[in-house]
Amino acid sequence: MKRVYPNKDYCIGCHICELACLTAHSKSKDLILAYTVERTGEGLSSCKHVHEGGPTCVALSCRHCDEPSCVAACISGALQKDPESGRTTYDREKCVGCWSCLMACPFGAIARHPLENKIVKCDLCFDRPGGPACVAACPNQALKQEER
Amino acid sequence: MPVTKRKAHEDAMTYVIIGNGVASIGAIEGIRRHDQKGKIVVIGAEDSAAYGRPLISYLLAGKIGVDQLALRGDDYYTKNKVDLKLGTTVTKIDSAKKAVTTDKGETIAYDRLLIATGGIPFIPPIPGVQGEDIYSFTTLAHAQTLIELSAKIKRAIVIGGGLIGLKAAESLHDRGVAVTILELAPRILSAGFDEKAGALAANRLKNVGIEVNCGVTAKEIQRDPKGRVKGVLLTDGRFLETDVVVVAIGVVPHSAIAKDAGIKVERGIMVDEKLMTNAKDVYAAGDVAQAMDHLSGEHRVVPIWPNAYNQGYASGRNMAGAKEPYQGGLPMNSISFYGLPTISVGVVNPPEGDKSFEVHALLDEAKETYRKLVFRDEKLVGYVLVGDIDKAGMFTAFIKFEMALGGEAKDKLINAGPEVFLWPEKLFDETWNPTPAKAAR
Ligand SMILES: Cc1cc2nc3c(=O)[nH]c(=O)nc-3n(C[C@H](O)[C@H](O)[C@H](O)COP(=O)(O)OP(=O)(O)OC[C@H]3O[C@@H](n4cnc5c(N)ncnc54)[C@H](O)[C@@H]3O)c2cc1C
Ligand code: SF4
Ligand code: SF4
Repeated sequence: MKRVYPNKDYCIGCHICELACLTAHSKSKDLILAYTVERTGEGLSSCKHVHEGGPTCVALSCRHCDEPSCVAACISGALQKDPESGRTTYDREKCVGCWSCLMACPFGAIARHPLENKIVKCDLCFDRPGGPACVAACPNQALKQEER
Repeated sequence: MPVTKRKAHEDAMTYVIIGNGVASIGAIEGIRRHDQKGKIVVIGAEDSAAYGRPLISYLLAGKIGVDQLALRGDDYYTKNKVDLKLGTTVTKIDSAKKAVTTDKGETIAYDRLLIATGGIPFIPPIPGVQGEDIYSFTTLAHAQTLIELSAKIKRAIVIGGGLIGLKAAESLHDRGVAVTILELAPRILSAGFDEKAGALAANRLKNVGIEVNCGVTAKEIQRDPKGRVKGVLLTDGRFLETDVVVVAIGVVPHSAIAKDAGIKVERGIMVDEKLMTNAKDVYAAGDVAQAMDHLSGEHRVVPIWPNAYNQGYASGRNMAGAKEPYQGGLPMNSISFYGLPTISVGVVNPPEGDKSFEVHALLDEAKETYRKLVFRDEKLVGYVLVGDIDKAGMFTAFIKFEMALGGEAKDKLINAGPEVFLWPEKLFDETWNPTPAKAAR
């Protein structure tokens, strides 16, 4: 499957991918409304996080592992592996906010929703025609989506 | 019958899985990664398709409905070509003839058998424990019974201050029942958590009005002349009146059918690195199995959800011929008590006086946060987080990948938290940005 691979040698730490993610997962699909209204009011959050270690940066999110620890740990079946697309899928309705997945994922790819007992995790922008918004937005091609 | 057809039939493997819990789901998914053709038969004693067993406390608390319990979608068994036999119990395994017998009188032959029968509630031999008004809390049926009951009763005593006991107590309390917990150990959650984390959780429970008694247990359950429970006499001499008693001390491996079949059972069913028992082509996984532990290398029964899925998955792969060893389980628990999240992973209570462990603990009682890191040989081997749990997964990485924390790395981990830049370069690249040939997983 095509995954998103981050290259820390190219990442300039601009956080544009985070904003693109926020917008892509907003209702308004408008950056300013997503950031000002939906983020503060509804707890809209980015699935992508730019990590900084001194001069180095890298933008990380769910790897959609072949054998995901989060799926093994999920007590509700909210997280599952889709054998067809290869994605690790998340069903918000089923999630009970037990944080087992957050504990089990060794890639730190799962965050708590700021307001609800739900999680925030990358969905590879599966319903976005142009593919992952972060990849499209990165100004320095530090994020690549490809088959490896 | 045409020869070709018979041959095709012979080629396809028949997998029989006893039990329909999460280990069974893991096994189905493990088998199907390698074998699309083989026939899978799942025999489950309970009446429903696999459900989130831990969710029964959410159900009892009224937070979710029965329709939210199923672990997989409606079409899951059909899609995975699983012949699901519910409400059916396997009564006998014949590993010589490679067949199992059910309580419906059916005999089913297998090429590969998985025993995933889970655990059964442990009922201690307390005088008066047999009879009416005594309940367990491990199945959907138990939860449904307690839901009906909670409308009729005022008081309940829960015996056991471990995960299942606390969850039962919390949910009954949410249903308006006055609950008292009895825990024999000096603190609640003694198995997976440490003293401070246990105390924070206990405070939360006490603050909402649940009574927590540690260092005592039931000496005798007393009944009236009609045989109904009156109350419980405690080991410290007190007598507490109650309508019902919920025994939630934990589960023991449900291994009787394996033992009867001559399969090696210690605490649980002994399995090797492929999850196979000492009987050829018979595997075991989940709460019933005594499998390898990642950190200690020893075989232990660790009855937790992620281990059950992972063991099921690994057994499935191996039954299908993948020859991939089980990586070993890592004890881990994530539970919230009235909004206070707690997580514990790996070794959290190193043996007292053992100098090979180094512990760094940080408690803020006012903020209800706690963080404990346990190191051994310059590696993280365990941690506890209460309140602020957001970095849990990143801590887990250091344990799981056994990262060496030489030089400043350990101090950075302790002072600044787990950062991905503390990972060895090679692991980082292989994980996040592999060269094309090495990608996947
Ligand atoms: C209330 C509660 C809360 C929990 N919360 C957590 C939690 O938060 N985190 C965590 O990690 N773990 C938790 N656990 C533990 C977790 O649920 C178990 O580790 C897990 O369910 C084990 O899965 P399993 O498939 O091995 O066995 P089980 O889930 O026990 O399933 C085994 C199945 O096999 C069936 N069976 C047994 N014998 C036979 C037979 N002879 N023939 C046919 N069928 C048979 C049983 O009826 C059962 O349905 C909790 C448990 C309980 C009870
Ligand atoms: S959440 Fe973590 S474990 Fe799950 S698929 Fe993503 S990276 Fe893998
Ligand atoms: S928090 Fe939600 S998605 Fe994560 S393990 Fe719990 S139920 Fe599953």
